[in-house]
Amino acid sequence: MRWPAFLRLSPRWAPYVFISPFLLLFAVFGVFPLLFSLYLAFQSWEPTSGLDAMEYVGLANFAFALEDEWFWKSLKNTAWLALASGVPQHLVAIPLAVFIHTSFKRLRDGVIGAYFLPYITSTVAIAIMFSSLFSTDFGLVNAGLQALFGIDNIDWLGKPENIKPAIAFIVFWRYIGFNMVLYLAALQTIPKDLYEAATMDGAGRLQQFFHITLPSLKPMIFFGVTLSVIGGLQLFEEPFILTGGKGGADQSAMTSAVYLYRMAFDFNDFGGASAMSWLLFVVVALMTWLTNRAFRPRGQS
Amino acid sequence: MTSAAPWPRHRRALLAAGLACALPVCAAARRKLTVAAFPLLDEIVKAALPRWQRLHPDVEVQVVSRQYADHHTAMTTALSTSVYLPDVMALESSYVGRFSQGGGLQDLAQPPYQIDRFRSRFVPYAYDQAINRRGAVVAVPTDIGPGTLLYRVDLLAKAGLAEADLTPSWEAYVDAGIKLKTATGAYLISNAQAVKDIVIRSGLKPGEGLYFDQDSRVLVNSPRFVRAFELARKVRRHKLDARVSAWSNEWAEGFKRGTLATDLSGAWMVGQMANWVAPGTKGLWRAAQLPAQTFVSYGGSFYAIPRRATPENKALAWELIQLLTLDRDLQFAAFKSQDAFPALLETLDDPFFEQPLPFLGGQPARMLWREAARKITATQVHKQANFADEVIGTELDNVLDHGKDIGRALADAERLLARRAHR
Repeated sequence: MRWPAFLRLSPRWAPYVFISPFLLLFAVFGVFPLLFSLYLAFQSWEPTSGLDAMEYVGLANFAFALEDEWFWKSLKNTAWLALASGVPQHLVAIPLAVFIHTSFKRLRDGVIGAYFLPYITSTVAIAIMFSSLFSTDFGLVNAGLQALFGIDNIDWLGKPENIKPAIAFIVFWRYIGFNMVLYLAALQTIPKDLYEAATMDGAGRLQQFFHITLPSLKPMIFFGVTLSVIGGLQLFEEPFILTGGKGGADQSAMTSAVYLYRMAFDFNDFGGASAMSWLLFVVVALMTWLTNRAFRPRGQS
Repeated sequence: MTSAAPWPRHRRALLAAGLACALPVCAAARRKLTVAAFPLLDEIVKAALPRWQRLHPDVEVQVVSRQYADHHTAMTTALSTSVYLPDVMALESSYVGRFSQGGGLQDLAQPPYQIDRFRSRFVPYAYDQAINRRGAVVAVPTDIGPGTLLYRVDLLAKAGLAEADLTPSWEAYVDAGIKLKTATGAYLISNAQAVKDIVIRSGLKPGEGLYFDQDSRVLVNSPRFVRAFELARKVRRHKLDARVSAWSNEWAEGFKRGTLATDLSGAWMVGQMANWVAPGTKGLWRAAQLPAQTFVSYGGSFYAIPRRATPENKALAWELIQLLTLDRDLQFAAFKSQDAFPALLETLDDPFFEQPLPFLGGQPARMLWREAARKITATQVHKQANFADEVIGTELDNVLDHGKDIGRALADAERLLARRAHR
């Protein structure tokens, strides 16, 4: 059957038509919100009055954000959580990947799958599971600590000094598998003869790890750390759900992303929230650039 | 993104609808009103629909129901974009304060609504709560939550205490708690924060703000807050609070097991206790006015008409709201079926209020609550009230958990609030 002429797609237009679903969706859900939030960052807006209630205020929202104690507090929380959850991820994932790479043959895929599972599980399910694990009186974590070390029940999610470690642990647990898979992939690209030559020269396993494996993994470490920096600075779901959307006692788990959500939806300040989101973008861009510099091969800087 | 963009499109749609109505098809089509509500208000509206259908057989009412938080988020979005606005919007009292700051809700003081005609028929504070700074009346009260003190009469007796030991003043209430703890081991209250929440609300003059005054000056560095913080600290120091947050598992368990001896809450709490929190404690509870003759409200519901709702439905929407709020029988039905304490004054003199409540050991407690309802005064809600709530709560935590000096805590709170006051 031949299509009538007016329905036929000319080869000239075909690529654009085929690519258009993505472009349309991206325009609606990507570009438009981005530009709208940039526009909002310069407005003062009482949202329930409707769109025409916006008022241009210039840089006032940015000035407010930069002087806002809670914005800085949230940035500090974010940095703390990004470091405490991000650094161990890589410090553990690399040796773990090497261990799995060298020691597992038949069970390999199963082990990788087990570590990877948290990454593909829904954040909401994870947060709900951990909030019951961390429950003060009825939680498994406290029951375990009590049985093993005789430690009294700890108020994990209610006390400011405990929330951050609890959340950092969850984020660590969640992304370790993902990082491990990255490193496993990189390990497979290291030529075997390097190790053979090293063995012949009398290098031990530790020496091989530090002088062959680690330098060869560097590009992948750069990639993994970059993802961790970006993800860590945008951390939202875990603290949001575990603290009931509030950020916890003394706002100690209120990351910047949680705070700017609350600025808009709890405190009705969409202009301030938009300005903060762009400031957060600047921070993310800056940190990514610094990561890039740190990993640049020596002699090029 | 010009500010006028949504309007012409809207107009065109109306025009199109108008054209369609010129055709004979339209005559047969039923008109439809949309009511957006949250549980249990959705049930109350649905229960009133048979009455409505008798008055307007040609107007169908559709009740769109969402969970409490989702509903209010959806309403915020609908108001901000003027899309999918319901004809009648149910609102919880804290959101009435919040939404009244903007211009999204219809001013019902204007003709043709002229709600002042009915002013004397509503519980005074409930009506006042819907008046915003500019004098516009943005919502109509339908149910209220007069505050009450609930206490375990058996635990009090064990400690040799009576109601008169709890209620003279907040200091007396806390002192009684100390005796209660020593004698029975039961906590006085779920959380010290609850004591602070109510003491900062007591002794407010009508129209006086909670955290900010009318000119957005911050009021938190004042004797009212110092006293509230000191009392809360005393509660914590004597370990009189169970340190659980309301509605948590531990909290409900405390009521079931009798480790929580009193509660400061709305009258509706009795229904919650009887139905699911602690039905086994039936007969052991009594109600009293809050200590120091404090009269405050805990929640309440309102109906509003969005300013940009479909114009030709507004008259009908207003009629439906009047039916829901001014009809004695419907207000009563909601009270009996859903514990929605009526905001309509003329219902309050009914003999129903004198009936004994089995959960409270046969006490006719509704008489207390109706007295409270008449004495509560409205508080002005400031735009930053949500933020202030949290700042004050956090500073009290600092005082309770880390021994922060009260003066410094309140000065810190004042500084944070002052920066936001005019945003």
